[in-house]
Amino acid sequence: MSVLGRAAAPQRFPSIRLRPLDLLGLVAFVLIAVSMGMALLYAPTELIQGDPQRVFYVHLPMAIVSYIAFVIVFVSSILYLWKRRIVYDVVARSSAEIGVFFTTLVIISGGLWGQATWGTFWQWEPRLTFTFILWLIYVAYLMLRQAAQDKERVARFAAVLGIIGFADVPLVFASVYLWRGIHPEPAGMPQAMATTLFVSIAAFLALFSYLLIHRIRVDRAREELDEMLATVED
Amino acid sequence: MEQQLSPAAIDEPAARGAVVAPPGVVARTVHGLNRYLREVGALLWKDLLIELRTRDAFVSMLVFGVLSLTVFNFAFELRADSVALVAPGVLWVAILFAGTLGLGRSFSHERERGSMEGLLLCPVDRSSIYVAKLLANIVFIVAAEVVLVPVFGSFFDVSILKPGIVAVIILGTIGFAAVGTVFAAMAVNTRAREVMLPILLLPILLPLIIASVKATGLLIDGEPWSATWAWVNLLIVFDVVYLVVSFLVFEYVIEDWG
Repeated sequence: MSVLGRAAAPQRFPSIRLRPLDLLGLVAFVLIAVSMGMALLYAPTELIQGDPQRVFYVHLPMAIVSYIAFVIVFVSSILYLWKRRIVYDVVARSSAEIGVFFTTLVIISGGLWGQATWGTFWQWEPRLTFTFILWLIYVAYLMLRQAAQDKERVARFAAVLGIIGFADVPLVFASVYLWRGIHPEPAGMPQAMATTLFVSIAAFLALFSYLLIHRIRVDRAREELDEMLATVED
Repeated sequence: MEQQLSPAAIDEPAARGAVVAPPGVVARTVHGLNRYLREVGALLWKDLLIELRTRDAFVSMLVFGVLSLTVFNFAFELRADSVALVAPGVLWVAILFAGTLGLGRSFSHERERGSMEGLLLCPVDRSSIYVAKLLANIVFIVAAEVVLVPVFGSFFDVSILKPGIVAVIILGTIGFAAVGTVFAAMAVNTRAREVMLPILLLPILLPLIIASVKATGLLIDGEPWSATWAWVNLLIVFDVVYLVVSFLVFEYVIEDWG
């Protein structure tokens, strides 16, 4: 509503006033900057892997964020089919887009690390395979949204896929692990590494919240614009 | 369903001699189930009859399946030493591609002739439409497999007709059809529907593909059933999960058709 209200009443002097959302964006920006600084300067160099290990401070938080995004898609898909309120569809779509975006970066950053450590960009390693299959499922989700015709049907079909797709996550996980054996878990890490990782996760969570809220607002603004245009045309 | 069960409706089958049951919860349940199965049976028979008369899905699946096997033969230049390695994959890719083709046709009558409106107007539980379509799809895919699998066995000289392998193929087919039926109903209502079905279906099926290929491979190699059990287990879980989830969500796919 606030977006529309300001657009409808043009202001003569743009006032600089921080809305809560801008504040969140600022927090995300600062946290990302701090965590990058910590990842590059503060965290100790890993003994075996060396500097390439530092990509981990970006890679893991983004992976966590994309899993959260897909959980949100799942929950809002159920809520949409149940309550039929378009806002749940908007949340699902926005979250899926951001999730796919971060999953893409997870795969790329994982590949860069793999290039340095394994010598190849891609390995059919369980966790990589798992993330890649998730990526495929949610790319299909976004494609379905493009392919269905009217708005209501897009929302309904997408919600069905949001549920079916999420039900696949544990199955994909089980199958790729059975398929390639167990990936060695990193043993404990020094305090400085853990702190850096913690700050990075917080930073990416803030960034994700900011992007999600922003994306939802853009969508609602577009909706309102469509309605206004429809009214003008009549 | 429940609210339609008036006392008269409960007496009805007893009068016809179908169910003689005392009134009460059990009778209602038995009657409801009987009625549900009759509905599913009628809807299934309709699809089987159409298929028997047109042989649309069966012929296209079969021809496409045999063609895939032929293409793989040349693509991999299967020789004696490599057959065992790639054989399970070849079989499953042929089944999946042929089956996807058949699934893609499964709602074409509803789409082209507008007969889904008729189905939606039927005084039946909506989920029975899913169950009937699912059973029809399983029957069609299994029918194609009955020819495809022996052809595969003789083409690539693999002894495939073992009980374990047959069980794995049936389990794989059930999960495949469970998800495929929902996606086929969605894809037929989108633009570019031929493209949409495999794009939706294959990523979701990946766990099933991995498990089926692994289990088939182990059984072809003559490994004991215990070595295969983990994979068969995964197949069963996949089937159960998607039978339940698809049963629950299918209604939302067909609620507004056309």
